[in-house]
Amino acid sequence: MIRTPLRPLARVLHARETGENPDLIERENRRLRLEAQRDQARSRAEMRLLAVALLFAGALVVLGARMGLLAATEPMELARGAPEDISSARADIVDRQGRVLATNVATHALYAETRRMIEPARAAQELARIFPDIDADRMTERFTDPNRRFIWLRSLLSPEQMQAVHDIGDPGLLFAPREMRLYPNGRMGAHVLGGASFGQQGVRAAEVIGVAGTELYFEDRLRAPDMLDQPLQLSLDLTVQAAVTEVLEGGKRMLNAHGATAVLMDVQTGEVISLVSLPDFDPNDRPLPPTEGEPADSPLFNRAAQGYYELGSVMKAFAVAQALDEGTVTPATMIDTRGPLTWGRFRIRDFRNYGPELSVKDVMVKSSNIGTARIMQPIGAERQQDFLRKIGLLDPMPLELSEARRARPLLPDRWSELSVMTISYGHGMSTSPLALAAGYATLVNGGRKIAPTLLKQDQVQPGAQIISQRTSDQMKLMLHQVVQEGTASFARIPGYPVGGKTGSADKPGPRGGYMDDAVLATFASVFPSHAPRFALVVTLDEPVDTTGPEPRRTAGWTAVPVSAEIIRRVGPLLGLRPVSLDVANARFEQGH
Amino acid sequence: MRSLLYLCTALAVIALAAWAYRENHLTQQAMNERRALEREISALSEALSVQRAEWAYLNRPDRLRELVDVNFDRLRLVPITASHFGEIGQIAYPMPEFRSQFDDGIELFGAIEQLSDSRDEVTP
Repeated sequence: MIRTPLRPLARVLHARETGENPDLIERENRRLRLEAQRDQARSRAEMRLLAVALLFAGALVVLGARMGLLAATEPMELARGAPEDISSARADIVDRQGRVLATNVATHALYAETRRMIEPARAAQELARIFPDIDADRMTERFTDPNRRFIWLRSLLSPEQMQAVHDIGDPGLLFAPREMRLYPNGRMGAHVLGGASFGQQGVRAAEVIGVAGTELYFEDRLRAPDMLDQPLQLSLDLTVQAAVTEVLEGGKRMLNAHGATAVLMDVQTGEVISLVSLPDFDPNDRPLPPTEGEPADSPLFNRAAQGYYELGSVMKAFAVAQALDEGTVTPATMIDTRGPLTWGRFRIRDFRNYGPELSVKDVMVKSSNIGTARIMQPIGAERQQDFLRKIGLLDPMPLELSEARRARPLLPDRWSELSVMTISYGHGMSTSPLALAAGYATLVNGGRKIAPTLLKQDQVQPGAQIISQRTSDQMKLMLHQVVQEGTASFARIPGYPVGGKTGSADKPGPRGGYMDDAVLATFASVFPSHAPRFALVVTLDEPVDTTGPEPRRTAGWTAVPVSAEIIRRVGPLLGLRPVSLDVANARFEQGH
Repeated sequence: MRSLLYLCTALAVIALAAWAYRENHLTQQAMNERRALEREISALSEALSVQRAEWAYLNRPDRLRELVDVNFDRLRLVPITASHFGEIGQIAYPMPEFRSQFDDGIELFGAIEQLSDSRDEVTP
């Protein structure tokens, strides 16, 4: 920039000639120069102010955004030790009374960093002394292998083992914190809980993931960071579960059964109070799935929810309920029971001859196959299917177990007239004990559909009306009469009037057809019979009662006494006040 | 005047710097404290979960049943059944409360003579 002189010679000379004061020129120029300087300073200051303002605005935006982000993120658990991407946290599972069914316990895993080891040979020998399955020579080889730097030795250590390893004192042997899933009640509720194992493993933590049962079904819920301190509450009652398991185990042993299962359900809410399947397993040490043999014989198999069987006469209740509800019969209608009933090549027989005719009530009480088939015949395949679908027997059960959702009933390929008759007395279609319990709950709770659930329910929306209140009342009475007069006489126990229906189904043989000496004995019961609160289904696989002169396999001699003992034991535990049979009978007379 | 302003500003800057320095240290101290507390909380909650697990393990139904069997001689515990329930009519009507004519121990102590006196009076 060229500085303009304060006294330009040309103008000063000109001014002197014209007699003006040349100082005025200097002053004028000085003023102009100062003005220019001022303008420049102002614009610079403005720029600075703008920059500072922008800086503050930027800082405020950053602060605001950060605050917004913090407010919007989900709360996280306090970091245990150092944070890592792998989270081992998992919420507890408790029963309906808040007793712990599954929890996490802190423990340690053992690993070796070979480059930090001082005496690998001695460490290997000491380790072999602590853990019998470690071979000292092979371990020395692995420790001294120059290509290896890191070796996992143990995934879980007990405190004693940890102390022993600590006492070896080798700096290359290191511990990694682990969370272990613990089922303090052992085998209790094994099939409901399932089990857990380790997923992704890191040095600082390892994922604990569910492998079956509710642990798998509720995986996301159990690991959600904001729900960790809220335990998952199941509908199971540990005390009741223990009592049912004990009785069922005793019954299975005494009757020499292959397997046994019991489902206890609240008929109003569908809550499963107890679900036992024997043989069972310890979820703390879950066995591997079997590689040979029938998967359904494995202890891992949940007979109550996964097992779909032809359950036999227990299904008669549904046929009779449908006929009563559609108005084609009343409990007093006489049904022709002359046998055998022939249909093409097929003959339907009764356990013994019940004479020429029986009332509908006696068809149930005496469990006549011919009678049930004749009741169902006029109703036909389409309406039978509709009814069974409405009551939930044709679809998988919506229970919160991943295994239960995959299992579905076996249905006939073609629903012929013969199928209608065989299904009416429980053959030709398979049902799980759980689905059966849900079906019986609907029959006696006033006819409302329920969805079986493993979660404790505080309030339940009443389901769709499947059968009328009147039919439901008639079914209650009929089930009561089966116990009082019919095939389930062993279920008469003091204090708790029981209603129910027996079923003894011949098991299908491995090469088609039915086996003679292999029976699946089922007792589907409701109690107290005059105002049912609970439904109980007990199924025994190939039970034999050998106390009599000849072996007895029917449900009346096997499943019924076991059920009766279960009800006797759990009735008080469920908070039921005992009532005498007279009270129950009086209630039935009032209702009719 | 202007130099006074400069002085004040400088002092204010120094004071603010000192304040910021102190705040910074307090914040770091609080953060350390928080970390220590978090460690303590996680250690305590871990201990709590171990205790809960142990409590549940000690109260597992199998063990309780074994204990009941072992101690049957002393406790005579049996599973509850319908026969353990009673009717309301089986409960005895409460006995009328015995009302003492003496209010406290000392008086009772002193009153024995009186009692014997009064008995003499009643049954002469």
